Amino acid sequence: MRLDAKWYDLRDIGNAVGALLEQINDCGAPDWVPYVVSSLIGVVGILLWTVLSVLAFIWIERRVVGLMQNRIGPNRVGPFGLLQPVADAIKLLLKEAITTRNSDKVLFWLAPIVVFIPTLVIFAAIPFGEKMVLADLNVGVLFLIAIGSINTIAVFMAGWSSNNKYAMLGAMRTIAMLISYEIVQVLVLLGAVLFVGSMRLGDIVAWQDDYNTWLLFMQPLGLLGYVIAGAVEMNRSPMDIAEAESEIVAGYHTEYGGIKFGFFYQAEYLAGFGIAAIIVSLYMGGWTLWGLEDWVPGWLIFLAKMYGVFFIYIWFRGTLPRLRIDQLMGFAWKFLLPLALVNVLVTGGEVLLWQEAGLSAGEALPLFGVVNIALAGALVVGWAIALGHRSRERVAHRAILTNELGAIYYGEASPRL
Amino acid sequence: MTLKTEPFVVNVGPQHPSTHGVFRLRLTLDGERILDADMVMGYLHRSMEKLAEERTYTQNIPFTDRTDYLSAMTGNLAYVMAVEQLCGIEVPARALWLRTIMAELQRLASHCMAIGIFANDCGAWQTPVMHMMRDREKILDLFEMACGARLTLNYMRIGGVSRDIPPEFMPATRKFVREFPKKIAEYEDLLLENEIIVARSRGVGVLTADQAIAHSVSGPMLRGSGVAWDIRKADPYAAYGKVDFDIAVGTNGDVYDRFVVRIAEMHQSIRILEQALDMIPEGPVHAQLPTATVQPIGQPVAPLALRPPVGEAYGRIESPRGEIGYYIVSDGSPAPFRFHIRSPSYINLTPLKLMTVGATVADAIVILGSVDIVVGEIDR
Amino acid sequence: MTTIVTGLEIAHKIEQRFPGAVVEATPEAAVIDTDRLLDVCTFLRDDDDLRYAFLNSVTAVDQLELFEVVYHMTSIRDNKTTAIKVRITDRDAPRVPSVTDVWPGAHLQEREAYDLMGIHFEGHPDLRRIFLWDGFAGHPLRKDFLNMPGGLMAGLERFPGEPGESLGGRG
Repeated sequence: MRLDAKWYDLRDIGNAVGALLEQINDCGAPDWVPYVVSSLIGVVGILLWTVLSVLAFIWIERRVVGLMQNRIGPNRVGPFGLLQPVADAIKLLLKEAITTRNSDKVLFWLAPIVVFIPTLVIFAAIPFGEKMVLADLNVGVLFLIAIGSINTIAVFMAGWSSNNKYAMLGAMRTIAMLISYEIVQVLVLLGAVLFVGSMRLGDIVAWQDDYNTWLLFMQPLGLLGYVIAGAVEMNRSPMDIAEAESEIVAGYHTEYGGIKFGFFYQAEYLAGFGIAAIIVSLYMGGWTLWGLEDWVPGWLIFLAKMYGVFFIYIWFRGTLPRLRIDQLMGFAWKFLLPLALVNVLVTGGEVLLWQEAGLSAGEALPLFGVVNIALAGALVVGWAIALGHRSRERVAHRAILTNELGAIYYGEASPRL
Repeated sequence: MTLKTEPFVVNVGPQHPSTHGVFRLRLTLDGERILDADMVMGYLHRSMEKLAEERTYTQNIPFTDRTDYLSAMTGNLAYVMAVEQLCGIEVPARALWLRTIMAELQRLASHCMAIGIFANDCGAWQTPVMHMMRDREKILDLFEMACGARLTLNYMRIGGVSRDIPPEFMPATRKFVREFPKKIAEYEDLLLENEIIVARSRGVGVLTADQAIAHSVSGPMLRGSGVAWDIRKADPYAAYGKVDFDIAVGTNGDVYDRFVVRIAEMHQSIRILEQALDMIPEGPVHAQLPTATVQPIGQPVAPLALRPPVGEAYGRIESPRGEIGYYIVSDGSPAPFRFHIRSPSYINLTPLKLMTVGATVADAIVILGSVDIVVGEIDR
Repeated sequence: MTTIVTGLEIAHKIEQRFPGAVVEATPEAAVIDTDRLLDVCTFLRDDDDLRYAFLNSVTAVDQLELFEVVYHMTSIRDNKTTAIKVRITDRDAPRVPSVTDVWPGAHLQEREAYDLMGIHFEGHPDLRRIFLWDGFAGHPLRKDFLNMPGGLMAGLERFPGEPGESLGGRG
């Protein structure tokens, strides 16, 4: 039950913007003025908010990962190290932005910008509240996928133009990785879109609100696939092969310093927020929380959920080691892709069943949810075993303890854990 | 139209976050596959063997700290044992037990570091390293209690150890030995069954038992390939003949087995420590050497520096990295005529090319981590 | 305990199989003729009684008039260890056959001996300098490398603080 949408109703900032636009219209301005004004407000708002979020999360990530590693994290600059991001930003701005001698100058200069822009543009299509979407596209999901894949070419530009073998290695790995996981991503999102019946993100959130359920209960395989594919898109651990510090120094951004590196750094965080925002909108109910949005502003709920999902990604980074590139691609093509295909098939079947059999939502949805979750569990475990997960060569074991000096145990069966 | 391709050469090191020191590996790559691996060393060459020829035997003991700086006790021990073998000096019982305790504590510290760095090479962003460092700090505190230093310990002397342990050492060590198995259990939980670590290290860098013996590989690398050879059992020195422990062997000769062997050795070290702390006798900690500290007036001149008889000796022990041996040739003068260090890291690198050709770049880093090199030992 | 097979015993065994190969037999090691080195090493590694499959160390010593290359080896199967030596009298161009065909573990150690002592190992697959750079003049571990003024050599005759007369050793 929503209150009357007054301009001071903070639960949806779109109300205030709408009131402002009405005022402008009443003053008799030409038609294009309200459009420009609302776009400007949206753009400035997103820019400000993303920059502030990145600054905050630089601090949060370093502290949280530090705590996971049994150490304190930055605590020198300002109280509790809170001014650390400011110090980082100032350092990056003041550093000499070196352009290596034999690099391709135009591409070298352009690559950070091309990496940064798509990560900002993603936020245009995401609904922060009921009237808080900058671009209410009715092909929202397609837009997100398309913009997200510009990342691939940007990373390759960075790696190629650096004239550095480590950067080339990093760029090659990234392209292979991103292309493999794009396909998984598309199929998984297709499942979600099939279920809801619309590609518009506002519709998907409204669907989850109307049926009082979160899409992740209906599409567990989809969530699994998207969380993993999202981690790859973000170039974050455990899939940070492109910038694997312990192997190829810094991968595609080895040669970048100063504010050019600052762009890459910020783009990584923004991509992380973008993926988290997509997960929240599509699978976790967006800005709704089963009625709580009547009291608490919807955009606050959205931000809280988004930061929660991003925290899980930080947790991954602090805990898991890194896969090798061929193992990562094998995982995408052999494990996730069949699962995503099965997901699409089953989802399509369920939607058909729902429409044809005329079931009501109260019967159909719990049934589908239970079936999907059970299927997801069975498929993940079963397919892993079918792919050889439990075979002798992949199982952990301990050393054999012996007292026979000079004996040779090579080739014997090792004791299981 | 065929594309013209050619292999390209990548330098891993000498400045690299993951080569364990200044060590350079020139890889010839075809895409991600390694065609050839060439090692370039010498960035830390300090000509210790030549310097030692101008210093007395006791003055050379700090050199032995700085070869394998991550396990200084075992370096010291091998050297003083070689000189004692040459001179025929007998070491008192308490010193032998103290040597055992210190060597095992050092083995724990070194393996902590080795396992942490291996996990770091696999990509776990420093988290296991930080946990291991926390536990290694406790061992370094014990060393500081015993000899005043944390890394370059200089604790062993020819004929015993430099000084007896202070009274607070024993209770602190007992407490440590009681609590450390829980920490090892923590590492096993985090790392042993971790899907990604198993996937990164099983089947990687395989060395069969015959290849390992032929390439003179020793230590956890040899035992990971299934050969049950440990100098503490084969040729017991210090007090190892009187304590009860097992040798840990792997069966596949890959990186994972070397990792598993190191963890098992940590358990065995705790077992040895428990026994040693109970069985250590009282007594002197240094033998009486045929040298003097002051020249008595009116009596025949006594030498201040030890002059071993003419001859040679090869003393070896089991360091955390393998067999460390000192080949000393003496000509009767206060300084060694030839001082040669048989360092395990150097010789364990012999099959590196055999192990890495055909693998990917990521594997090469993990294999190098499993060899557990210390560049101070390689270059001397 | 490891049985240390003395130079005399191993010389006896080698002499039985290769008469004339042993030049001298000291308690520490058996000195082998340079030309027969590879045959002797193959015999030590492969013979059923001996089986010295593990080469502990290959070292070179500069004994002023001649060079010595010392090989320590261990039999893992029987827990025995022994040593053999080779003496090279040619100080300008010392040459020894390489044992990398018999024990591949000698690869890096022979490179080190070449780099620091200047001993050329014939048949070594990749003999180049390892610690010092190509083009370094001289071989540092040789006793005449430092050629300090006054004809001094590395070594210590007496410890500072000891009285004037020498108590042993050479200057």
